[in-house]
Amino acid sequence: MNGISGNYKFLASHEWAKLEEDGSVTVGISDYAQEQLGDIVFVELPELNSEFNQEDEAAVIESVKAASEVYSPMGGKVVEVNTILEESPEIINSSPYQEGWFFKLKPVDIAEFDNLLSPEEYSELC
Amino acid sequence: MVDFNGWEMPIHYGSQLKEHEFVRESCGIFDVSHMTIVDIEGKDAKGFLRFLLANDIGLLNQDFDGMYSALLNESGGVIDDLIAYKLPSGYRLVVNCATRESDIEWIDSHKGSMEVTVSERDDLSMIAIQGPHTFDTLSNCFSSNVYSDLSKKRPFQGLQEGETLITTTGYTGEIGVELMIDGERAKAVWKQALLSGAKPIGLGARDTLRLEAGMNLYGSEMDENISPLECNMAWTVSLEDESRDFIGKESFKRKKEEGDFHVLKGLLFKDRSIVRSNQVIYFDESKEVKGVVTSGSYSPTLKKSIALARITPSHTETCMTEVRGKINKASIGEPKFVREGKIIF
Repeated sequence: MNGISGNYKFLASHEWAKLEEDGSVTVGISDYAQEQLGDIVFVELPELNSEFNQEDEAAVIESVKAASEVYSPMGGKVVEVNTILEESPEIINSSPYQEGWFFKLKPVDIAEFDNLLSPEEYSELC
Repeated sequence: MVDFNGWEMPIHYGSQLKEHEFVRESCGIFDVSHMTIVDIEGKDAKGFLRFLLANDIGLLNQDFDGMYSALLNESGGVIDDLIAYKLPSGYRLVVNCATRESDIEWIDSHKGSMEVTVSERDDLSMIAIQGPHTFDTLSNCFSSNVYSDLSKKRPFQGLQEGETLITTTGYTGEIGVELMIDGERAKAVWKQALLSGAKPIGLGARDTLRLEAGMNLYGSEMDENISPLECNMAWTVSLEDESRDFIGKESFKRKKEEGDFHVLKGLLFKDRSIVRSNQVIYFDESKEVKGVVTSGSYSPTLKKSIALARITPSHTETCMTEVRGKINKASIGEPKFVREGKIIF
């Protein structure tokens, strides 16, 4: 898959989770998702320290076309939020796998990561 | 690509935002061939249209002059909005594509014994060229005579070049023209315009451009149950010639006198969350419903969330709506945000 290197896995609803070396998990949306949404103009990010279960609604993205929910690929506590997106949501369009990340989680159950889709499995859905 | 009332049309050619900005700063070209063109000819064409349209076609003096008008039903609701042009051979109406069949049926059903012919011109394509560099593009597509004649025209005027009608109209709030043109000729103009630096613009930017310009979209700002008074179209209803009867006249006058109607306003929101059509508007925290959003989107020019809304007339300068449980406040102004690249809200 283009644009990713490292330990990325996916939800079928187009979110990615990247397992970092420190054990945290970074979350974003796939290149396919940003392309389908079109120009992204607003993001509602989760509060720091908020907690999610796997597949809970964690953020909202608005493109010129419509609003879409972003689901958390894993359960955990939000330890960092990419606040740059609030002023420059277009970064999600230009760099969905790097600068366009949404938030970082401290996962509750690392086994949830293994249950996500591999890049190959995910790309078959697109 | 989307199916737009049977026409396969692009939402964008790459980026809706970039297309929007390009029209405001340079020059965009739009394929608007989905619009329905209807020619009305015959001895009684003028009298027929003076009865059919809420604006007075009798005010069009010169050939190729045009005017914006509503087509009203008996109860004064807007069946459609259109532009009517005076031609040497009669008149031309440009109506919406979603209302094509019902409009033509409506027009036909009111002919009575009048001597008029109604012909749909589906042989013609329609192209819009819009933006501050429109005339640079035109100078590369047409002869210098056409270019210099057009540059002297005011909005809603036009000229004919061969079989092509070129009018100084548009749906963006920028200077620009619209061309009604033979299909083969349209392709040639399209290619030439792109070579001279114009860029193609999709339906998405067409919608945000018209929203910033405060122009109505049929089915959003108005429909057959909405009076021109409630969609900022009262100025297009001509009551000057009292002897002129037209469909919807009595209902319109009555409603105007009674004064009990909502008004169309522009809203500029504080937060960036996008407010979309059908969301309800409150004036205060009591959350009493005072209106409804008819069109809402992100404004690429203001870089904020904007909307057109039909609300209860009031002196209040602010209002609010709820987006995903959070209040987003707005200032209320006239229903227009951008004209010729400048913010006017």
